[in-house]
Amino acid sequence: MIANHSISDTRFVFPSLEQFLDVLLLEEYNTRVVVLGVMALGAAAGIIGTFLLLRKRALTADALSHATLPGIAVAFMVAVAVGGDGKSMLGLLLGAFVFGCIGVLLILAIRHTTRLKDDAAIGIVLSVLFGLGLCLLKIATEMPGGSAAGLQGFIFGKAASMVASDAWTMVAVATVIFLVTVILRKEFTVLCFDEKFSTSQGWPVVKLDIVLMGMVAVVTVIALQSVGLVLAVAMLIIPAASARYWAKNITSMLILSAIIGSASGWLGATVSALVPRMPTGPVIVLICGFLFVVSFIFGRNNGVVISQWRRLQLQRRVGMQHILRAMWEVCEDKTEKTFRIESIVLLRSWKLAGVRSLLKRAQRKKYATHLQHGEWIVTEAGFAKAKRVVRNHRLWEVYLITYADIAPSHVDRDADMIEHILGKDLVDKLEQLLDSGQPLSSPHPIGDKA
Amino acid sequence: MNWTEIDTWIVIIGALCAAGCAIPGTILVLRRMSLMGDAISHTVLPGIAIAFLVTGSRDPIAMLIGAVVVGLITAFLVQAIQSIGKVEVGASMGIVFTVLFAFGLVLMRQAIDHVDIDPDCVLNGAIEFAWFDQNPDGWGIPRGAIVNGTMLLANAFFMLLFYKEFKITAFDPALAKSQGINPGFMHYMLMTMTAATAVAAFETVGSILVVAMFIVPPATAYILTDRYGVLVGLSLGLGVFAAGLGHLSAITVPTWFGFSGTTTAGAMAVAGGVLFVLAWMFSPSQGLLVRLLHNRRTRSHILAEDVLGFLWRVEERSQGSVHTNELHTALGVSGGALSKVLRRLVKHGAISREASHYILTKSGQARATSLVRAHRLWEVYLDKNFPQDGHQLHQSASRLEHVTTEEMQSHLGDADTDPHGMPVPSDE
Repeated sequence: MIANHSISDTRFVFPSLEQFLDVLLLEEYNTRVVVLGVMALGAAAGIIGTFLLLRKRALTADALSHATLPGIAVAFMVAVAVGGDGKSMLGLLLGAFVFGCIGVLLILAIRHTTRLKDDAAIGIVLSVLFGLGLCLLKIATEMPGGSAAGLQGFIFGKAASMVASDAWTMVAVATVIFLVTVILRKEFTVLCFDEKFSTSQGWPVVKLDIVLMGMVAVVTVIALQSVGLVLAVAMLIIPAASARYWAKNITSMLILSAIIGSASGWLGATVSALVPRMPTGPVIVLICGFLFVVSFIFGRNNGVVISQWRRLQLQRRVGMQHILRAMWEVCEDKTEKTFRIESIVLLRSWKLAGVRSLLKRAQRKKYATHLQHGEWIVTEAGFAKAKRVVRNHRLWEVYLITYADIAPSHVDRDADMIEHILGKDLVDKLEQLLDSGQPLSSPHPIGDKA
Repeated sequence: MNWTEIDTWIVIIGALCAAGCAIPGTILVLRRMSLMGDAISHTVLPGIAIAFLVTGSRDPIAMLIGAVVVGLITAFLVQAIQSIGKVEVGASMGIVFTVLFAFGLVLMRQAIDHVDIDPDCVLNGAIEFAWFDQNPDGWGIPRGAIVNGTMLLANAFFMLLFYKEFKITAFDPALAKSQGINPGFMHYMLMTMTAATAVAAFETVGSILVVAMFIVPPATAYILTDRYGVLVGLSLGLGVFAAGLGHLSAITVPTWFGFSGTTTAGAMAVAGGVLFVLAWMFSPSQGLLVRLLHNRRTRSHILAEDVLGFLWRVEERSQGSVHTNELHTALGVSGGALSKVLRRLVKHGAISREASHYILTKSGQARATSLVRAHRLWEVYLDKNFPQDGHQLHQSASRLEHVTTEEMQSHLGDADTDPHGMPVPSDE
């Protein structure tokens, strides 16, 4: 580890290559322990966090982790009072687990027996139990026969104090959670997506929920030591929320989330070992946050870039279809399929420049050709394409009038919005519907089948 | 206990802080945005740290600006991740505030380790030492009192200025929009108030316990009253009371067990929690115990009527008095509940008892007649309007007979026999 030079030193000391390799290759025992522990934690939290996120319980877990503080203090006091070692890890974690569960039960009780909603119930439990924990911790420091110093480490985490047995506990917990998830994957998934269905299937929904929240409590408790209770919830939800931007299905989301969790753990532990005054817990959370931002922007599902790109594509397609329909409407009754750009502009509330660029794109696609000075001609291909677009539009109009009971004067606008997303199957279906239906009244001629 | 001027000032500062928090807190609770308060109070930390890094001093104005800016960024990011990234709002908050809080912790460790903002202050605040932090010409008023007092005044001012707008947006956002109130403006206004209040409270109770002051008193008030004005007043009162009670118990309760005392900020949160539990249990309108008691009274009332009805029907078949065991099996209730009800009925003179056998008295007969009449008229009515099988008919009528008022009965009309062919007794 790199020694701090002085407490008022704010310089950034870049680690030497040797130090860098030391940490990366896990040469040092301490680093090895911490990296192993936080990676196991990241994987466990990533797996169980996936269900937590899908079940929309993110902030319940936050309250749970804050509620563990009085548990830690009480466990310490009880242990010291009976003459034991106050800081036995198992005892402390047991206390934390019990109070975490009490916190969740209190939230449920408040929600079901008062008119307060989830948010207030969570806020009350979180802040009051945390306050209680601070009070008890203060008292615990005065207990004779035991030094409570270091218990505060659970609040913001103190990964450096981790020993090998702690790391192995984390590995064991991660393994158990992995196994339970493998066994109960289907049940948990249905519970998250369709609670009513699982009830109707006769599954023990309440018991499953208890198992799920119990595992959340276990993960929170083992996260206390490394990331601390204030930030424990980050380990649970951020990897899962990031994985959702990439995953195809729940299984890949679980795997990805576990990978993102343990990668954040590893990177966080590495950075904090290399750079002075970098607390491990917050650094891990920051790296989780960084991975989330990357996923949020570039992710395959709902990522900012991809959704903007899709929107742009849709806009372009809609624009092209509009111009095709406009060309059709001006040329419909003419034998010469030529038109002037001004006549198109009159058809819709659009600007000359917009129409011009749309026409240029139509020319690139060989739907129309520019003759001279704003005089255009529709090509054969353009005419056929336009015919299909117009047919769609008018089919929709008919459909809306016949089946959706929309006033004929409104039909054009509504059909305008919906026609662009019409697939070929739907068009066939519409035609069938209309063929079998009553005599049709369309405001425009429907046009032949293309 | 040794109460000094310092303790008085601690209570005053705590009370000012609690009152200041209660004002935005009521709106947060009513708009179901309590956890937005939680998120923003966490992110005050990076705001303060950044302000310190930029200015290099503990200038309160810079810290206020820094915290408010980061608070607004928090509110904005939560909304953006929720709407653009399609993340549920709770998770979105969890992501934003944990990351920003972690950022604040790292900044603190990196750059301001050597100044007097330490992790302990983030957790507990420094209300115990607030008295020692005085401006030279502050007439002996601690800085904490001035800061929190100013914040309280500012919050009260904005609350009164936008009283109607806050009220309407809190209860009915759709109506507010139709009234021309800009919901976005009100939202960010509330977020600004929350962030500013949280930064003022930071040095008093720390970054996390301030949530207790935002949420707990208004939530307590909410289960005590339905009126908005009363709710605000009550939240202020409860907050102030919790602050006083909190400090008092922080310096007294631990001494009963031989300890010297505990952290005041934590104790204030716990005191708020205790007041909440009291309201939760004993609120006249919604208290848990009050409702339990009411349910029990209703249950025994229904049981008493069932006993009367059963005795009447036995008499109708001219079988005379009834033994307790028969009542047990017929009504399917536990012995304790039944014997209590029987004792009460005897006391009120509705039934008389002769060696474990019961029989209706004159007045009991009148009550039972009207009950059975109601029951059978209901059966007639239900059979006519909502045809169902006989058993179901009986079940529904059994439930309705207990809530039938005289006026309802007069609307049920009259009949000679019920659908099962039993005569409907006349009202006399």
